[in-house]
Amino acid sequence: MKILVCMGNVPDTTTKIKFDSEMKKLDTNGVQWVINPWDELALTRALEIKEQSGGKIEKVSVINVGQADAEPTIRKALAIGADDAFRVDANPKDAYFIAAQIAEIVKTEKFDIILCGIESSDFNDAAVGSMLSEFIDYPSVSAVSSFEFKDGNICLKRDIDGGKETISISTPFVAIVQKGICINPRIPAMRGIMMARTKPIKVSVPVATDSLIEALTFELPVSKAACKMVNAEDTDKLIELLHGEAKVL
Amino acid sequence: MSIIVFSENRTGKIKKHSLEAVAYATYISKNNSKPVIAVSIGNINNDELSVLAKYGASKIISVNDNKWQNHDSQSYTKLLAEIVEKENADTIIFSHSNLGKAIAPRLSVRLKAGLASNVLALPTWYSPMTFKRKSYNGNAFQQIKITSAKCIVTINPNSCDLVENPVPVNITGYTPTTSANFATKVENVDLITGKILLTEASVVVSGGRGLKSSDNWKPLEELAEVLGAGIACSRPVSDEGWRSHEEHVGQTGKIIAPDLYVAVGISGAIQHIGGISGSKVIVAINKDKDAPIFSYANYGIIGDAFDVLPRLIESVKKFKNA
Repeated sequence: MKILVCMGNVPDTTTKIKFDSEMKKLDTNGVQWVINPWDELALTRALEIKEQSGGKIEKVSVINVGQADAEPTIRKALAIGADDAFRVDANPKDAYFIAAQIAEIVKTEKFDIILCGIESSDFNDAAVGSMLSEFIDYPSVSAVSSFEFKDGNICLKRDIDGGKETISISTPFVAIVQKGICINPRIPAMRGIMMARTKPIKVSVPVATDSLIEALTFELPVSKAACKMVNAEDTDKLIELLHGEAKVL
Repeated sequence: MSIIVFSENRTGKIKKHSLEAVAYATYISKNNSKPVIAVSIGNINNDELSVLAKYGASKIISVNDNKWQNHDSQSYTKLLAEIVEKENADTIIFSHSNLGKAIAPRLSVRLKAGLASNVLALPTWYSPMTFKRKSYNGNAFQQIKITSAKCIVTINPNSCDLVENPVPVNITGYTPTTSANFATKVENVDLITGKILLTEASVVVSGGRGLKSSDNWKPLEELAEVLGAGIACSRPVSDEGWRSHEEHVGQTGKIIAPDLYVAVGISGAIQHIGGISGSKVIVAINKDKDAPIFSYANYGIIGDAFDVLPRLIESVKKFKNA
C-alpha cells in the first residue's frame, strides 16, 4: 500500500504578517517557510504507521503544489523520512486549484491512503482535503485525531461536537487530520538530511482548471483600543464593566 | 433560485451555529428575495425543526431517517447536491464547524460552486457575491469574490447575530434517491456529557502555565461554574498533561469565538491568540504586566491568579444574585 501526504509550504506561524502596498500579496521579506503544522503531524503519523505495518505499507510520498522556492520545505519532508515527493510547479492560488492538481497526480499514481492536514495556517480554508476527495471520488473522514493501522484494519477517531466517533473504513480513502494524530512532529536527523539529497522530487506542470473564486485584497485587523486595566483588588469593577460596558454578562 | 442552509443536529437538537447560519441566509434573502430553505438530515422531531422557521427558513426539508445518522461526508455531499438541484438553489450556507468543513468543500467540487470558507461577516457585496474571510490564523482577513454561478459559504460560529425573522412553519419530509451505503462505519460514539462544549460556550475561562501545576485548577473550575462557562487551557498546559488535549485552544488546538474569554495565567503567544482572536471580549489576568496577552485583551488585571480568582468568584456570585 502507498500513503500520500499533502503538504503546504507556509510562513512560520510566528511570522509578523505584512502585505505589499496594494494589499494583494504577502510581503515575504524575512519570512521563514515551513511545512504546514498539521501536514507535519500527518507526515509523522504516516511514517509511524509505515514502520508498524510490517511491510504492508511500502511507501510514504509527499506532494506540494508550489513553485521552485518550496523545494527546501519539500526536502525537509524527505529528511524527516518521506520516500519521495511530487511537486506541481504552480502558484497555489486557491484550495480548488490545489486539490485539482493533486487529484491529477493521484489518478496516475493510485495511492491507497491520503492524509491532509485540516487546514493551512496561511489561508485557513480547511478545504483541500475534502475537495481532493470529491475530485477523485474517495470517501473522506474529517477532523481525525487518531489513526491506527492494525493487522490491515484501519481505525480512525474523528472529533464531533462534544465527543469522538470511532470509524472503520477500507482503502482507498482520505483522512483529514488534526491535533492528536501524533503528539510531536518528527525533526530531521543528520542521516535523514543526507539521504534526502538523493531522494527524487518529481516535478510536473499544472493542468488547466476552472476558476470559481477570485482573491481580492487582504486587510489587517484594526488595532483595538488599549486594554482597560482594573485594580486587582477591585474585581467588582471588572464585573461591572463586563456587564454595563462590554455587555457580555 | 433559492438559498439552502444545512442545519446540523446530532442528538435531535439543532446546533446554535446552525440557527446563526439560517439568520445569515435570511440576511442574504432580504437583499435578493430568494427564499431560505433549511435542510436537516438525521433523527429530529418537528417541534425542534420548527425553530428554523423562527429565524426565517420558509421551508424545512427533513431527511428523518435512522440510516442517515452517520455523518458520512461522501454520501451527505451526494444527498445535498440532489436537494440543491431539486430546489434550484444557487447559494448554500454551512457553519464552519467540523461537519460543515467536511461537506462544503466536497459540494463545491461536485457543483462547481465557488467556496467562501471561514467567513466572518455578512457579504461585503452581493453582485457578485463577495465575502470577508479569516486568513493567517486571524492575523489578517481576505476579501474574495465568487466568479461561478453557484456559491457556497461556511460561516464562523458567533459571526452573525441571531435575529428572529419568524415565518410560518413548513416542514417537508424527503426520501433521498442517493443510497445510504456508506464507505465509513461508525463503530462507537463517545460523548462527553455534563460539560459545556468549548466550541459552543458563550463564555470560556482558560488557564495557562501561570497556574503552575495540575493541582491548582479548583479556583478556575469554580469560576467556570459560577459563570456557566466552558474550561480551556493553553498548549503548554495540555503538553504537560495538566489538562486534557480536548481543552487546548490555540492555533493547532480548538479555535473558539465566545462572547467572553477570560485568560488566567496565559502569556498570550501568537499561536494561542490564533485560537481565540474571534472572541468578542478578552479579559486577561496575569502577574506579568508586560505579558503580550494584554495587547490583545479588552480588560486586564495585573495580579497573581491565586489571589485574584477567589475575589473574582465572589464578585460573579454577587452579580448573579443581584
